[in-house]
Amino acid sequence: MDEREPMLRTEGLSKHFGGLAAVREVALACRVEELHAVIGPNGAGKTTLINLLSGDLAPTAGRILVAGKDVTGLPAHRISRLGVGRSYQKTNIFLPFTGFENCRLSAQSRLQPSMRFFAPAHAHAPTRAAAERALAMAGLEGRAGVVAAALSHGEQRQLEIAMTLATAPRLLLLDEPLAGMGAEESARIVELLKRLRAEHAILLVEHDMDAVFAVADTLTVMVDGAVLATGSPDAIRANRAVQEAYLGSNEADIVSK
Amino acid sequence: MSAAAPGRRAPVAGVAVLLVCLAALLLMPLGVDKFYVQLVTKMMIMAVFAMSLDLLIGFTGLVSFGHAAYFGVAGYVLAYAAPQYQAASLWVSLPLAMAVSGLLALVIGLFVLRTSGVYFIMVTLAFAQMLYFVFHDTKLAGGTDGVYIYVRPDAALGEWAGGWKPFDLENFVHLYYVVLVLLVLTWIFLRRVIDSPFGRVIAGIKVNEPRMRSLGYATFRYKLASFVIAGTLAGMAGYFAAAQFGFVNPDMLGWHLSGSAIMMVILGGMGTLGGAALGAFMMMLLELLFQGLTKHWQLLMGGSIVGVALLLPHGLLGTVAAWWGRRVAAKDSERTDG
Ligand SMILES: Nc1ncnc2c1ncn2[C@@H]1O[C@H](COP(=O)(O)OP(=O)(O)OP(=O)(O)O)[C@@H](O)[C@H]1O
Ligand SMILES: [Mg+2]
Repeated sequence: MDEREPMLRTEGLSKHFGGLAAVREVALACRVEELHAVIGPNGAGKTTLINLLSGDLAPTAGRILVAGKDVTGLPAHRISRLGVGRSYQKTNIFLPFTGFENCRLSAQSRLQPSMRFFAPAHAHAPTRAAAERALAMAGLEGRAGVVAAALSHGEQRQLEIAMTLATAPRLLLLDEPLAGMGAEESARIVELLKRLRAEHAILLVEHDMDAVFAVADTLTVMVDGAVLATGSPDAIRANRAVQEAYLGSNEADIVSK
Repeated sequence: MSAAAPGRRAPVAGVAVLLVCLAALLLMPLGVDKFYVQLVTKMMIMAVFAMSLDLLIGFTGLVSFGHAAYFGVAGYVLAYAAPQYQAASLWVSLPLAMAVSGLLALVIGLFVLRTSGVYFIMVTLAFAQMLYFVFHDTKLAGGTDGVYIYVRPDAALGEWAGGWKPFDLENFVHLYYVVLVLLVLTWIFLRRVIDSPFGRVIAGIKVNEPRMRSLGYATFRYKLASFVIAGTLAGMAGYFAAAQFGFVNPDMLGWHLSGSAIMMVILGGMGTLGGAALGAFMMMLLELLFQGLTKHWQLLMGGSIVGVALLLPHGLLGTVAAWWGRRVAAKDSERTDG
């Protein structure tokens, strides 16, 4: 890979749902050691953008490059295996499994050949260790044995992140990881993001502006599917168009403060 | 850490019940008439068939409505493999029958696994019915009348073993014990598969397939493998059914049998394996019981299945397992609280 080639790069990325252009001509990049936050009002197309990047949806037009490799149109599992991990805005976990098993199954995807029919899955120590690590990172170490359905909403949000980390991705796509979390857990995840930045490229979609401005190196503002502005947090704060786009919404004062 | 894997803590009572059942099955031929030995042989064959379907329904989340196809085709393979009035070699014809069923499952799986939900149910049914009509409407293998298998497969080993014959399938007690061994082996095999990395993947697919994909699993491949394993085991059951009855006809691959197998799995409890076997025994016992009572026995049969479905939504064994799970969980929380 070219040293200067970012971990993630998109060109003219678009997605249409019938007549609705949910994502239009989005070009952005994200490097290792960079936390790139994407903000924007409800319905701006942030989740759709992440769905395109993770392969959950196929783009209508444009290109996606992961570490310089064109992954446009690849199925989600292939993109995942290139080192892309995503979390979901709407909690998407295995409810009947324990927290541990949720993470163990995630780690198994990378650490264990899965077309094995006889050895017990749980005997594989590296996978277990990776699962425990991921749970601890997300602050769930004490809750490993609890069935996911019995976890609190906030804990399920933490588990969502732990599962994503358990696949040891190089590029993290996080869709509103803090939504539904208590203040304490939020603070913990923000600290985690700061630590993860050292070795990962992180694309963060988040409504919590305090958190965003605390951790982001780069900010992209999306409105109506298109990029309104991209730049450093300070540049975005000072941006007229951004201030106007947020005028009247409760995020306005945070952006302009 | 507790309960990292569901069902990991085998309840002592469960193991005890299992051992008692096994002992009863082992001793039974010593004490009862030929009729009952043959009846239980038939039940055990259906139990293997039902467990193979439970791998799909209960453990992969695939409700196949065409599982009899793999059962019936293996029966036809035996009928073809046996020269008329002579025995086919067990050691050649059994692997052949299972391979044909497995291959058929592979080919059909490649098509049907592209669909899901109600469409999957319909398409599996459609494929099985297509095969049914191939045997029903062509002179390929006796048409509607079917084919007789006059002599049961021969278990004699080759020249290298001096033609030694470890057992004789014409002997109904021998056949009984061979089928019992296969039942136990199938159970052990499937238990291991379920606890394996593969087994965890299909369990994940059953619960949340899109999430499995985004974790990096090519889910189609695992569903196909599960479909082939289930088809191959159904083939083993169908082979012994044909050997026991001495007769195959198109009904062996019809939707009626596919439907019965689904009911066995539901009656016993999906995703419990032992439940599927129990369901097979229960279905056939009820059938026998009601047939003796009235000629409208099908009505009673349907009624009792509806009854079980309403009263025990997790099936017989599923309900017991769920109750046990709650008990263990309650004890756990007592321990951590106190
Ligand atoms: N599968 C779909 N089919 C049709 N329209 C869709 C689909 N997914 C999203 N949309 C539409 O695309 C637009 C963008 O939605 P998206 O979920 O990406 O917004 P968002 O920025 O994530 O919003 P939020 O902040 O509320 O999560 C919305 O108008 C939404 O209704
Ligand atoms: Mg969203």
